[in-house]
Amino acid sequence: MKNLWTWLFAGILLTVPFWLQDQYFLHIVITTGIFIIGAMSLNLLLGFTGQLSLGHIAFFGIGAYASALTSLGFDIPIFGDFRIVHEPWSPVIGVLVGTLVAGLCGYIVGKLSFKIRGAYFVIVTISFAEVVRLVALNWVDLTQGPLALSNIPPIGFTMPVVGEVVFWKKVPNYYLVLGLGFIAYVLIARIVHSRMGRAMIALRENEPLATSVGINVTRYLVFAAVVSAALAGAAGGLYAHYIRIIDPDIFLFIYTVTMVIMVVTGGKGTLAGPIVGGLIFGVLPVGLRSVAAPEVQWIVYGIVMILIIFFLPRGIVPAVCSWWHRKTGSVPGHVRLSGELASDNDDGANLQESQFVPGKFSTLRGR
Amino acid sequence: MTKAMGSKKPILSIKHVAVHFGGLVAISDMTFNVNEGELVSLIGPNGAGKTTAFNVVTGYLRPTNGEVHFRGMPIHDLKPHEVADAGLVRTFQKTSLFTSNTVFENVLTGLHRHGSASAWATLLSLPHVRREEARLRQTVWEILDFIGIAEYANELGSALPYGAQRLLGVAVALAANPSLLLLDEPASGMNPSETADFMHLLGKIRALGISILLVEHDMPLVMGVSDRIVVLNYGKIIADAPPVEIQQNPEVISAYLGHGVKHA
Repeated sequence: MKNLWTWLFAGILLTVPFWLQDQYFLHIVITTGIFIIGAMSLNLLLGFTGQLSLGHIAFFGIGAYASALTSLGFDIPIFGDFRIVHEPWSPVIGVLVGTLVAGLCGYIVGKLSFKIRGAYFVIVTISFAEVVRLVALNWVDLTQGPLALSNIPPIGFTMPVVGEVVFWKKVPNYYLVLGLGFIAYVLIARIVHSRMGRAMIALRENEPLATSVGINVTRYLVFAAVVSAALAGAAGGLYAHYIRIIDPDIFLFIYTVTMVIMVVTGGKGTLAGPIVGGLIFGVLPVGLRSVAAPEVQWIVYGIVMILIIFFLPRGIVPAVCSWWHRKTGSVPGHVRLSGELASDNDDGANLQESQFVPGKFSTLRGR
Repeated sequence: MTKAMGSKKPILSIKHVAVHFGGLVAISDMTFNVNEGELVSLIGPNGAGKTTAFNVVTGYLRPTNGEVHFRGMPIHDLKPHEVADAGLVRTFQKTSLFTSNTVFENVLTGLHRHGSASAWATLLSLPHVRREEARLRQTVWEILDFIGIAEYANELGSALPYGAQRLLGVAVALAANPSLLLLDEPASGMNPSETADFMHLLGKIRALGISILLVEHDMPLVMGVSDRIVVLNYGKIIADAPPVEIQQNPEVISAYLGHGVKHA
């Protein structure tokens, strides 16, 4: 059943450009997709380690700027006559550079805040975003400050046989975003369902207990910050090469808040949550545009948000999941597998006899 | 005083440990050993410094003075997760669980030390990572069976009856593969039959070759399971002897046990 929904959803995503002819709406879907990747990366920190990064847009913006500057090239004076000159590189390399630089910043922020949790972590991340915004605004030689970086080349590469492929149009950009979104989803899912993910959840749930069983929580918090920042940076890189102009307003607090809203309403700590929340809050404003005046749009937007938080405090996805399990009576759980397959409706047959030997757990005492 | 187990090597040595909180002296001078394979109980009235002693030994608190050695290695400067990594694992006095996780996931998280998959291998989901994961899941069932809470595997930790929550705390600690297990009032809140089962469980844990340091108020339990009892009063050790001697020690009786316990 779950697989059916997954394939249906994948099918819809893959065919969007075929049935969605409205170019403006496709543009909204693309930018929403980019923001959903940002929200997914934020969810790794907020939903799984439990640490709220309210400066998350900084990593996104750093990725965007680093990627744009790598592909535009720059020429900046450092001391007197000493200059750093960079010739333009391919935008593909730009996005990779943006990802790495953002990941490095995530490492630094993670390390700086290794001892602080909760409100203090929030303050560090907000401050970080503000500092980065001021740098982008004032380092005019590098970023052109408020004049914005413009004429950023679109993503493109040279392929054998086909020759040069440049993603000028919306449709290839859509698939690019979809591809990155898929990669981000798979990476986050693998982390979350691994020993590393359990260590992150342990940090969220009960830090003293986590350390008491030998989990170096700081290490996993830093790891989560690096992966989260790198994914946000990659999304920022795509954004820069799709929109093709970026200015320091990209670092505005409202964008971080948008990502937080996407994560929290969708369901933090769930893989699908940021996607559901992102689709609602990315597409809703546009859907409303045709039927309501701008003021009314924002009011409706706010009301929807308050209603979701009020009635579904854990978010949409956990609420739908528990509703589904109540309806079908199935509760997901860990079943002892005797082989590779466990049937869904057979509780007893797959339970196998305990293999416990006194004094020897299979991994515990055995080595 | 440690004649009962005098032939064995100490696994844990606490040497002249003192803990001061500002002007308050929580522990003034504490010295005792736990030997390999031994079950030692640390008892004393409320506020005597038992939990403080636990926090010092497990790295949650730095001693003002003194040293803690685990298998000859100084551990008083280590962080809690490093202490656990050395094989010294504790439980907590208040029920401490990963509350929004199931019992199974709690124990699986406790098995952290048994995994070794690197970040890259995990991101690439290499076959050995998936094998390790399957192996860990198998071990969870073995531990749940061992502790006797397998029936609750898919329940939320916070939804368990209180006694079972205490057992889950022990299961999580046991999952971390300790050579010395520190139990902070594990039987508090258990009914007499649960306590009796718990005594049996302590014996099974010892049979795995795990040494135990127990803080507990339930005197019949302490007297029944301990090789040796260390009595702490006002931050000082006033006795360190096998249970029979402790029950007749006049200082202990006046400080803690009261006169009725002699007949217990």
